[in-house]
Amino acid sequence: MRAMLHRVWALMLKEFLALLKDRRSRTVLIVPPLFQLMVFGYAATFDLNQVPYALYNQDAGLASRELVSYFDGSRNFRQVANLNSQERIGPMVRDGQVLMALVIHPHFSKDLLSGRPGRVQVIVDGRNSNTALVLLGYVQSVVNAFSRDWARENGGGALPAELEIRAWFNPNLESRWFIVPGIAGLLTLVVSLLVTSLSVAREREAGTFDQLLVTPLRPVEILLGKALPGMVIGFAEATAIIVAGTLWFDVPLLGSLPALYLGLFLFLLSALGVGLMISSFSATQQQSLLGTFLFMVPAVILSGFATPIANMPPAVQTMTLANPMRYFLVVVRKVFLEGAGMDVLWGQYWPMAVIGLTTLAAAGILFRHRMQ
Amino acid sequence: MSATPGKNHAPACSIQGVSRAFKLAGKPVQALDQVSAQVAHGAVTGLVGPDAAGKTTLMRLAVGLLLPDEGSISVLGVEVGQDPQRVQALVGYMPQRFGLYEDLTVKENLDLYADLRDLAPEDRPPRYAELLGMTGMEPFQDRLAGALSGGMKQKLGLACALVKPTEMLILDEPTVGVDPVSRRELWEIVYRLVESEGLSVLLSTSYLDEAERCQEVVLLHQGKVLGQGAPGEFSRRMRGKSFLVKSGQNNRRRLQSLLARGPGVVDSVIQGDGVRLVMDKAAPPDLSGLGDAMTGLQVREEEPRFEDGFLALMGGRRHESQEPELQLIQRGAEASKARDTVIEVEELTKRFGEFVAVDRISFQVKRGEVFGLLGANGAGKSTTFRMLCGLLPPSQGRLRVAGWDLRRAPARARASIGYMAQRFSLYGQLSVRDNLSFFASAYGLGGERRRRMIAWALDEFGLAEVAEAPSAELPLGFKQRLAMAAALMHGPEILFLDEPTSGVDPLARRDFWRRINALAEQKVTVLITTHHLEEAEYCDRMVVMDRGQILARGTPHEMKSRWVTPENPNPSMEDAFIALLEEHRAPKEAA
Amino acid sequence: MTPESHLKLRRFSWRRLKGLWRKEMLQVVRDPSSIAIAFVMPLILLLLFGYAVSLDAKDVPLALVVEEPSAVSAAFTAGFEASPYFESRRAATIQEAEEMMRLGQVEGIVWLKSDFDSKLFSGEQAPIAVITNGVDANTARIVEGYVQGAWQRWLEDYAQSQGRELALPVEVEERVWFNAEVRSRNFLVPGLIAVIMTLIGALLTAMVVAREWERGTMEALMVTPVTVREILLGKLVPYFILGMGGMALSVAMAVLFFEVPLRGSLWVLSGAAALFMFTALGMGLLISTLARNQFVAAQVAIITTFLPAFMLSGFIFNIGSMPEVVQFITRFIAARYFVSILQSVFLAGDVWSILWHNALALAVMGALFLLLVAKKTKKRLD
Repeated sequence: MRAMLHRVWALMLKEFLALLKDRRSRTVLIVPPLFQLMVFGYAATFDLNQVPYALYNQDAGLASRELVSYFDGSRNFRQVANLNSQERIGPMVRDGQVLMALVIHPHFSKDLLSGRPGRVQVIVDGRNSNTALVLLGYVQSVVNAFSRDWARENGGGALPAELEIRAWFNPNLESRWFIVPGIAGLLTLVVSLLVTSLSVAREREAGTFDQLLVTPLRPVEILLGKALPGMVIGFAEATAIIVAGTLWFDVPLLGSLPALYLGLFLFLLSALGVGLMISSFSATQQQSLLGTFLFMVPAVILSGFATPIANMPPAVQTMTLANPMRYFLVVVRKVFLEGAGMDVLWGQYWPMAVIGLTTLAAAGILFRHRMQ
Repeated sequence: MSATPGKNHAPACSIQGVSRAFKLAGKPVQALDQVSAQVAHGAVTGLVGPDAAGKTTLMRLAVGLLLPDEGSISVLGVEVGQDPQRVQALVGYMPQRFGLYEDLTVKENLDLYADLRDLAPEDRPPRYAELLGMTGMEPFQDRLAGALSGGMKQKLGLACALVKPTEMLILDEPTVGVDPVSRRELWEIVYRLVESEGLSVLLSTSYLDEAERCQEVVLLHQGKVLGQGAPGEFSRRMRGKSFLVKSGQNNRRRLQSLLARGPGVVDSVIQGDGVRLVMDKAAPPDLSGLGDAMTGLQVREEEPRFEDGFLALMGGRRHESQEPELQLIQRGAEASKARDTVIEVEELTKRFGEFVAVDRISFQVKRGEVFGLLGANGAGKSTTFRMLCGLLPPSQGRLRVAGWDLRRAPARARASIGYMAQRFSLYGQLSVRDNLSFFASAYGLGGERRRRMIAWALDEFGLAEVAEAPSAELPLGFKQRLAMAAALMHGPEILFLDEPTSGVDPLARRDFWRRINALAEQKVTVLITTHHLEEAEYCDRMVVMDRGQILARGTPHEMKSRWVTPENPNPSMEDAFIALLEEHRAPKEAA
Repeated sequence: MTPESHLKLRRFSWRRLKGLWRKEMLQVVRDPSSIAIAFVMPLILLLLFGYAVSLDAKDVPLALVVEEPSAVSAAFTAGFEASPYFESRRAATIQEAEEMMRLGQVEGIVWLKSDFDSKLFSGEQAPIAVITNGVDANTARIVEGYVQGAWQRWLEDYAQSQGRELALPVEVEERVWFNAEVRSRNFLVPGLIAVIMTLIGALLTAMVVAREWERGTMEALMVTPVTVREILLGKLVPYFILGMGGMALSVAMAVLFFEVPLRGSLWVLSGAAALFMFTALGMGLLISTLARNQFVAAQVAIITTFLPAFMLSGFIFNIGSMPEVVQFITRFIAARYFVSILQSVFLAGDVWSILWHNALALAVMGALFLLLVAKKTKKRLD
């Protein structure tokens, strides 16, 4: 047993050196993930800020100016043009200068004062349909706020029923709270693949894998030795991301750290397993790279990172069951935002463990495969 | 053939005061230092020197792949530094590893280089026919280059370099990793071209028997030219200094190690059942110091060879590595289990699909033997090796190494073997020390013992000065020593060496064999494959393989004695080998 | 034979270039992985993602809690039950509904308290509590929008049943241009093409130069009279053709299979695609040339292609909403320009003001990459 630990330790040290001795390789492993965390943390948001819009106000009354001030008072909107003809709207929207045009009809103020509904037209650029939907939501809430205040001040009839909307776990619906924990999963996945997916193929091409196989190292030990550096690097980078997420991006971390780290451990196990499996299956590094992409890209897109799994067709939803990242994203989000503990996460833990053990076993079996 | 008659006698390539430095592990290394030399027109000039002498650097400078720090080179009257493209258009060049696209066929490779060298389509069919005829490759035009044997790749590489008729051909180590038959054929082709087309050839080699075939030799050592001249001039200086000491008993290895320490001995190698000596003065060796163990010795003066002159020139410079005796080899408890036959192979067969790589071979190796596995490229040697080491499952047959089938053996069985793969596979990014440390730990060495072994390996194999350098940046000879040190860290009982001297210079090869002999003295069993047939002399016993089968087996003496004829009363190992292969192949090719 | 010393040396030769092209094409044919990258990958990825990636929430599980059922509340909940956006279930108590949400069984709760009817009839404002799961803020917001829509329809119906017009002070008429049904697939599929093509461009070329260095063939190439320009064109053109083949396949799938309208002209699309392909291949070649070693080249390709193209191209996340610094960084992502072009050409038509500056940016980036590659590819080994 001690001999085994000793050998595994040696292999692990060797893997570390092989990864970190080369300056370029070291840089690739450390700098881009942290840089990407910062950039993506800011970039990845569905919230719209300062949406440029064009105003075409055909009404000279007070009410219309008040409505516009509601828009300009919101940080979501930024008026970039005040038009005086309908014709100019088309080119502005088409050319992407504005995402939205707000058209206020000529008799808006008069209608309002006389108790008729004032009419407003909103034109939205639908090229990005999600932006369009979100934008319409914003417009709706700005207009509602105006209506409510107008009704109160001008003694109009109150609505018979009012919606009181509350959002749990994320009261201001900041999508950053949703995305930043997801980035922890994303970058952890990429780093684990970087560390493992080329490692066996590289040794095969260099001929050192044979050397390894004739030493007393057993396949299990080779697996451990190759997976552990990924584990260590993965833990370190994930921790950095979690710290940055809470301290820098102010995402609340409500749940238990042990629950999070158990999930991280199992996720790393499965990601490293997949990486090693790709690597031991490939004869060349070119094939490894192809394999890595063929796993990584669907794993990210089908994980629920940006688009909910629930929106996918049933067949695709079934496919996502084999994706370890899907489970980890649930764990990390539930722990961060919902304050979940281990008790509600078992349903996420065991599939990752199964994927990890299966892929690692497959990698071990494939070690001796592809020998000419 | 060539342009103006007056040009005929100008040198094809003239190198003047060229210097070039590189960085190795952050330290500058002077690869070439004020080198001046000439390559004669219409002749074969050999660039000879030990590893890291600067041969490849010089060739790369000559074709404009590198620029000199100082000095100038002109090739066929063109200044390389000023118009490298013109030189590249004029010269045919074959790099190490031949520069072939392995996923293209023979014909496609030729087409590519014909295109790149701007050979007009109408000139191609006759040129292809000529080249393919000369290299004997007509039947293989549609075969992928990757599927060719090493010897055929080499010939294809040559054909590609020659696809456009040129005046000058530059070949960088064209015969490394190639079997003796193919090597002989390459030389025949080169000389035919020199005679028929008036080609000037510059080639580098570390095989000294090949240097002898050159018309002129430039001897390079540590970036400096030690001499230039006909190979005969180098050997002539050695007249009266070469001797053969013959002993009646079968103890040549012991004899050699004793003689090597004798006063005035520059070089000693085993040859036949005796030991060949080169002395620093023209006087026979002093045998009085050998003691009583050696009796009945006969001393005979030998015809000097180029190698002798080479070693004499180098000898004074490499004294430090004169006597690398392995002292520290330790062995596990297993060693005590006295088993006389340590490797047993019975009816071993390996098939890859339809192709039979190894065809029902059987042999046995005894403890402490140095056993050679010889054969042309593609004979099945490496496949056999890989099966023995447990890297490849046999299709049929039985094998036992130290009583185990290594493929199914427990870890501790594998601890009793050492393996040195072809190409000296090491972790290139790791330093020499890290490589040693890793292999020591992988074999279960720890703590004080590992530290001692690493210190021993660094010292014993002359690696101390490069201990912190990444192994990928080391010259080949250093890599070879490091690979061997790594295979020996745990004191194995059995050592598998797959082409351990391929591309390595003669001095390093001598060091290597001294170590092997020392190991054999300590009852370590050594299994080795090689293309250097003079090395086969050092084996106790050997088998010669061809196309997966064993053609012959026996001691070096037995192998050679079959081919003694009145015309060739003293055949070399290479003569015997080639005769054997020809005898074996002739009926098949006729059929 | 001509005397060699009088040899006419061509600084550019079609024969050499064609020789290199043929070599590269043969290698592609022999190694099916290149073909797989160019044609099979876009096919699979586009099929998978075209279906999978959708921001349109449908059948959102919703818990309805009605503490005191009545005709009015039944009319209200019927709206939810009939809606295609929701899959509503009943919960007897708010505690039960909250538990369902905690377990992730529902994404939202609509709660009519016991005093709903009485307040409604007494003319007081009757509160309807809506709780959403805010973890996925985007989905939560979309759910809110749907709930509001259902609520407004109910208000109108209710007002009508009471015999009076609903007097909402402001009436908003919504128009979504270019994508009237607000189908997210219409904007995601063109974006996906850009992301997938970024990967393919890099994958095709990232290894090819490094591989020649490792196998020693680069050295053999360099000692022929071939020029740097020829080597580069020799690498670029074959993979360009291959990449464009993949692009054509993707566009065809988008139009024929996913029924994304192609409102712009095909030749504008082809021109932009060609520009983008040059940029993507140029980036792959640059990685390969700088790395000279397949391991590092692969690592760099993994980390610099997919995620930036996915996150920073505007394919999913709106660039305009990012902080200035990040917006500046996105300027270095070639996919960003192509996403913008694709979304316009597909959905809006040939909008030149958008096209020309994005195309210019692509051209500048592509030229820069190739210039760097040319500068770094010397016919020397040091």
